[in-house]
Amino acid sequence: MIKIKNLHANVEGTEILKGINLTVNRGEVHAIMGPNGSGKSTLANVLAGHSAYEVTEGEIIFDGKNIIEMEPDERAREGLFLAFQYPIEIPGVSNSIFLRTALDEIRKHKGEPELTPKEFLSLLKEKAQILGMDTSLINRALNQGFSGGEKKRNEILQLLMLNPKLAILDETDSGLDIDALRIVSEGVNAYKSKDNAVIVVTHYQRLLDYIVPDFVHVLYKGRIVKSGTKDLALELEERGYDWIIKEQPETV
Amino acid sequence: MNEETREDIKLVEDVTQTDYKWGFVSDIEADEFPKGLNEDIIRKISKIKNEPEWMTEWRLKAYKHWLTMEEPDWAKVNYEKVDYQDLIYFSAPKKKPELESLDEVDPELLKTFEKLGIPLEEQKKLAGVAVDAVFDSVSVATTFRETLAEKGIIFCPISEAIINHPDLVKKYLGSVVPQTDNFFAALNSAVFSDGSFVYIPKGVRCPMELSTYFRINAENTGQFERTLIIADEGSYVSYLEGCTAPMRDENQLHAAVVELIVLDDAEIKYSTVQNWYPGDKEGKGGIYNFVTKRGICKGKNSKISWTQVETGSAVTWKYPGCILLGDNSVGEFYSVAVTNNFQQADTGTKMVHIGKNTKSTIISKGISAGKSNNSYRGLVKVNKNAENARNFSQCDSMLMGNKCGAHTFPYLEIENNSATVEHEATTSKVGEDQIFYLNQRGISTEDAVNMIVNGFCKEVFNELPMEFAIEAQKLLAISLEGSVG
Ligand SMILES: Nc1ncnc2c1ncn2[C@@H]1O[C@H](COP(=O)(O)OP(=O)(O)OP(=O)(O)O)[C@@H](O)[C@H]1O
Ligand SMILES: [Mg+2]
Repeated sequence: MIKIKNLHANVEGTEILKGINLTVNRGEVHAIMGPNGSGKSTLANVLAGHSAYEVTEGEIIFDGKNIIEMEPDERAREGLFLAFQYPIEIPGVSNSIFLRTALDEIRKHKGEPELTPKEFLSLLKEKAQILGMDTSLINRALNQGFSGGEKKRNEILQLLMLNPKLAILDETDSGLDIDALRIVSEGVNAYKSKDNAVIVVTHYQRLLDYIVPDFVHVLYKGRIVKSGTKDLALELEERGYDWIIKEQPETV
Repeated sequence: MNEETREDIKLVEDVTQTDYKWGFVSDIEADEFPKGLNEDIIRKISKIKNEPEWMTEWRLKAYKHWLTMEEPDWAKVNYEKVDYQDLIYFSAPKKKPELESLDEVDPELLKTFEKLGIPLEEQKKLAGVAVDAVFDSVSVATTFRETLAEKGIIFCPISEAIINHPDLVKKYLGSVVPQTDNFFAALNSAVFSDGSFVYIPKGVRCPMELSTYFRINAENTGQFERTLIIADEGSYVSYLEGCTAPMRDENQLHAAVVELIVLDDAEIKYSTVQNWYPGDKEGKGGIYNFVTKRGICKGKNSKISWTQVETGSAVTWKYPGCILLGDNSVGEFYSVAVTNNFQQADTGTKMVHIGKNTKSTIISKGISAGKSNNSYRGLVKVNKNAENARNFSQCDSMLMGNKCGAHTFPYLEIENNSATVEHEATTSKVGEDQIFYLNQRGISTEDAVNMIVNGFCKEVFNELPMEFAIEAQKLLAISLEGSVG
């Protein structure tokens, strides 16, 4: 689904990603963990094409296409989805009109007809129900004044509505209460299929109890320094990152 | 309109049109007066319109006063002053505009209105909008007159009202905006050529939106229309005004006066979508829009609501206001003003509280892009005897890029201690992160910007009738095209 080769990226002249290699196949779930500031969100943003980040080296092959030169909206229409660590508030723009516009764009790109308002509303209701979302949130302005947990839930609602090929979830678990964590995870599991792929960025094992990863990677100072199975996450939960960091040769 | 229907509309339309698409010139023969202004010209205007003597005198009084006045320069706008002797003060399509039905209207003129998207034709009656169309100086077609007449509603060109309803005109014309009010109002009073007149009788709720479309076509012509709307006790009317002009290299002057009179328990809702030609990207040409709009809530429990979306004009100078004379009367002002390239707008409102328990609300949204300047100037005045007056003002500015300016000048004059006055102001930039967020959901940057801007203006758009809200959103998209990214 996505092949990241020797990816280097700068922000404001400082190199943050220093040669990332990662392949995620269809049907797989990969977890990316790592200490604060190690570059997890940067990686997610670079994959999504944020213009503040400059790719200096490497390739991102998404579904067979090199997407380095693609604008963020094109990547999204190609089926790459990022659930933001900090979802943005857009005052006055209704959540449902926004979703409708996004869905229309993506369907148009796939050569599918636009949904009628009725079809759209019933799809929206169905997905909101999976997430136990109050319909009042759907008619409010996009993320405006949403609580932290509501914002995260809203990201997953968008995931379910847009049904992308690859979902990158950046700390979707942070800010969710215990019940919400379970519900949102069930939402992600409902999305998951053998045809798509998921990258979850998280600090905590408990999310991975619900969304079970096939592989776990540790990102440290802009590199993947360790990869393993879901057992690695359990080990990290117990031992922290110190032992991995100590294994690292000093970086200059 | 209910929220559901609104939700179902796709707000962000694909916009392919970069330039001012209303900028065509219609090839219509016109009767024109020679350039320049003097008593003779005014008498001629009055004569060609068969006006009674009192009207001619009224105009001349205004003219004489105008001669003693100086053009104001306190607004935050710079422009080359108009040479008032180089303007033509009257231009009318040659075919006589006294028509029995639309079939008699010059087809070229109808084509023009069609291009403008005005529902002028009989078949479009279903659109449910009664239209008065003012082309250069005269009113050429007023639809739906009979339907309205059944309810006793008068909706006609003001030139006709002067002849057919002199009592109403004499009583109210100049009662809110006197001939001597300001430089442009005085000029308008002297030379106004046409405009719309509306009278809603006691207890009548006008069954449809009334609408006037203004179009400047002829070259070197000033447009000076005059609108007078009277809502008698317990009546209601929603009135829409739209405007366009051809693209011309010279600046053209538009100096209108609008007066609203609202009696006990009555309400006027006045909406404008103003799209005069703003000039080209280098700032050449465009309309000078110097307009005096004022309403008086004369009766108790009366209400005036101004909603305006200003996207056009090279220079805009406009402060629709409300005089809240009746006890418990309400004044509202909802405004979106967009400036791009070299446009300049100085606009806002005046709310004058005189009656007891009067209430005013001001919501102003300024959007500046390019090298434009956008100013909000508002006055809230609470007179001595205005017990328990309340005002809420919110002035938000949005900047696109860093070569434009947004300015807010709120003035307060409070003479009564029981008044409650609240003012909020914010300035924001269209954020890169907001655009990225929408991009990440498959929405193009252009659409993303439109969405963000529409969201910013939502409180104002919600006040517009549906068709106008959609029109306003399209206009906004066109005016801001290419200003980000
Ligand atoms: N736009 C930016 N401007 C300046 N520095 C940035 C920017 N974005 C990221 N950085 C820096 O890059 C480094 C990696 O940040 P990133 O957000 O990717 O970390 P993270 O692994 O997601 O951390 P966390 O677990 O706290 O979310 C940090 O040192 C951060 O300060
Ligand atoms: Mg992060």
